[in-house]
This record gives sequence, C-alpha cells and structure tokens, in this order.
Amino acid sequence: MAKIVGGIVTSHVPAIGRAIAGGLQQEAYWKPFFDGFAPVQQWLAEVKPDVAVVIYNDHGLNFFLDKMPTFAVGAAPQYSNADEGWGIPTLPAFPGDQDLSWHLIEELVAKEFDLTTCQEMLVDHAFTLPMKLLWPNAGEAWPVRTVPVCINTVQHPLPSARRCFKLGQAIGEAVASWDSDARVVVIGTGGLSHQLDGERAGFINKSFDLEFMDSLVNDPAWATRYSVEELIELTGTQGIELLMWVAARAALGGVDQVRKLHANYHIPISNTAAGLMLFENKD
Amino acid sequence: MATAKVRRVIPGTPLFDGDAARKGYALNKMCYSFNSADNRAEFTRDEAAYCRKYGLDPQQLAAVEKRNVLDLIAAGGNAYYLAKFAGIFGLDMQDIGAQQTGMSKEAFKARLIEAGK
Repeated sequence: MAKIVGGIVTSHVPAIGRAIAGGLQQEAYWKPFFDGFAPVQQWLAEVKPDVAVVIYNDHGLNFFLDKMPTFAVGAAPQYSNADEGWGIPTLPAFPGDQDLSWHLIEELVAKEFDLTTCQEMLVDHAFTLPMKLLWPNAGEAWPVRTVPVCINTVQHPLPSARRCFKLGQAIGEAVASWDSDARVVVIGTGGLSHQLDGERAGFINKSFDLEFMDSLVNDPAWATRYSVEELIELTGTQGIELLMWVAARAALGGVDQVRKLHANYHIPISNTAAGLMLFENKD
Repeated sequence: MATAKVRRVIPGTPLFDGDAARKGYALNKMCYSFNSADNRAEFTRDEAAYCRKYGLDPQQLAAVEKRNVLDLIAAGGNAYYLAKFAGIFGLDMQDIGAQQTGMSKEAFKARLIEAGK
C-alpha cells in the first residue's frame, strides 16, 4: 500500500511569484521567508516522494462564481498554470497522478464527501508557488506527480474547520488504502493571518498564528473548536485559508504518528504572515 | 433579497456571502475576465464599452470609475477578483490596503512590519 512520508504546510501570495521571477530571494525583504525553505528542500531531496497531494484554495483562476465547489479534486493527466491577471511568468505544467485521483475520489465519496471532480483544471499561485518553493531547481520536470484538492474560501458559506479536518483524515486513510508502492507527501497552502479587504485590511495576529502552529504539533484538531466566522475574526478574511493547514495536518494522522522537523514564521510577505512547517511520519 | 444566513459581524471585515455574490456577479465576472491580458488591454482601450459589455449597474460603474476599493466591495466585489482589477493599474496589496484604511502606503507597510514585532 502507499505510504504518507510527511507533510508540508506553507503560506502563498502572488508576490512570491514576482520575487522568484525577479531573482529577489536574497534581498533583505524576502530572505527571511525564502531561507526558511532550505531544510524542507533538503528533506525532500532525501525522502524523494513520488506524489504530492496539494490542498489549496483557488483565487479565481479555475473557478468563478458561476460554479463554486466546496471541495474539488483534480483528476487530470496534467495541471497547467496561467496568467492570473498580473502577467507574472507562469510555471511549467505539473504531471497528475490519475490513479491516485480516482482512488481518492472513490474513497472520499464513499465517506460522504460530495466532491466536484475535474479532468481539466488550471492551478493558480496557491498551488504553483509552494511547488516552486519546495523544488526550486525542478526546471521543466517536476520530480513528483500531483493531485490538487481545492477548498472554497472565496464565497461563504465556507466549510468549517471541523469538516476540513475530517476531509484531511479521509485523504490520509485513502492514501493508506491505495494499492501502490508510492510514497506520498501531503502539502497544504494558505494563511496564515492576513486580510486584504475592508477597513481592517492589514490585520495580522501573530500570537494566534503561533498558537495555531503549535497546535498542529500537540493538538491538531485544536482549530476545529472555532467557527469560520470566529477564525476570520482571529486571523483576517483571508487568514481563513488556514483551513488548508488543518486538512493537510489531519491527513498525516495523530500526534504519535508525526514528528515536526522544521518551522519558520515571518511577518510580512506582502500583507501576509508567512508560516512554514515540515512534518515527518514515523515508520 | 437578504437571503444569506445572518453572520457574525466583524467590524471592517466584509464576508463575501450569497447576498454579495448575487449583488456583485456582473462586477466580479468582469474582474474574472482580467485573467486574460487581451481583456485587460480591451478594458484599457475603452473602459465604458467594456463595463457595458458586462452589464455593470450604476453603483458598480461609479465604484469602477473612482477606483475605490471599499466602494467596489460595497457594490458586491470580491477581494480575489478585485485584485485582478487593481493589477490593471499596477496597484499592489499595500496600495489597496492603504486606500481602504486611509493610511499612506508607507504607513501601511510600517504597520505590517510592526505586526511582526
């Protein structure tokens, strides 16, 4: 059966793409953010996962308000990036893993997650930039196959943290029951605290972010005590993207099954508090 | 037409729910079209004609004309789609944040850095 080797959770903002395109990684503004990824890149080079399940939120590249799924799973042979409105250079297409896609779809629907399945799917900066941060030297050939899992954070009602936690658990169980010798890494991208819109724009909550990051080590279901509105009050309108972290961490299993290998936290990148954590699953 | 569930009110923090999604559909659809460079160029060439094509209502037209983010949100705009509109004018998230909070861009950026201390 397939095995989850670990998980990585990270923030994403479009400005990272601009910084990469401009070669700004070592400038004072960006250095504390980009340098945080070195231990994760090294871990990936050692562990060499075959497949990445990437839990992220689309920002209006693949999905518009005409059709807005709560949970969508990619089932495409490959996933392309495209212009999101700012003309930032796009990244090479990502190979899919249709066997795992359909296994996930079968298992998740059997567990009463009513999914949208996508045989064509554009992936935006929330998917592509973390991949580039994790494998900066991949060039045209990404070293992993991918399965995108998209959670709606555009239009309320959003799924609760409790529901996203359960989705993550179900993803973890599905991977463990996949008849394959593949080694799988689970990636969650979004957050941490930030708010782009309204008079409260620029809101950041460092103490909550740090408590949340700590909870993923010691009590991964901690955030499920909060409603979506409570989480937005605590983390900002787009801080709610921490749902991706909740789901990805839940996929890895309980406290005893996982060890934290690395964490980084830096304020700000653009308007966002940037977090990064690496978890390894114990044998 | 307030059919969406009543949500917790968080000061200065718009939640894009069913009411906003209904109200803002035309505006957001136009902003979504700005994923394409050709569409951005077409908007720049003849803004009024482009807005007509998407059927913006008077409140949305006025907000677009003023480039005012709070007005755009009040007209049903969603932050993720509005970011594509802002990109046409070369505005980044700190410009947007400064405009909405009534701060200078430098003061807004300084506040972000302060949040990390």
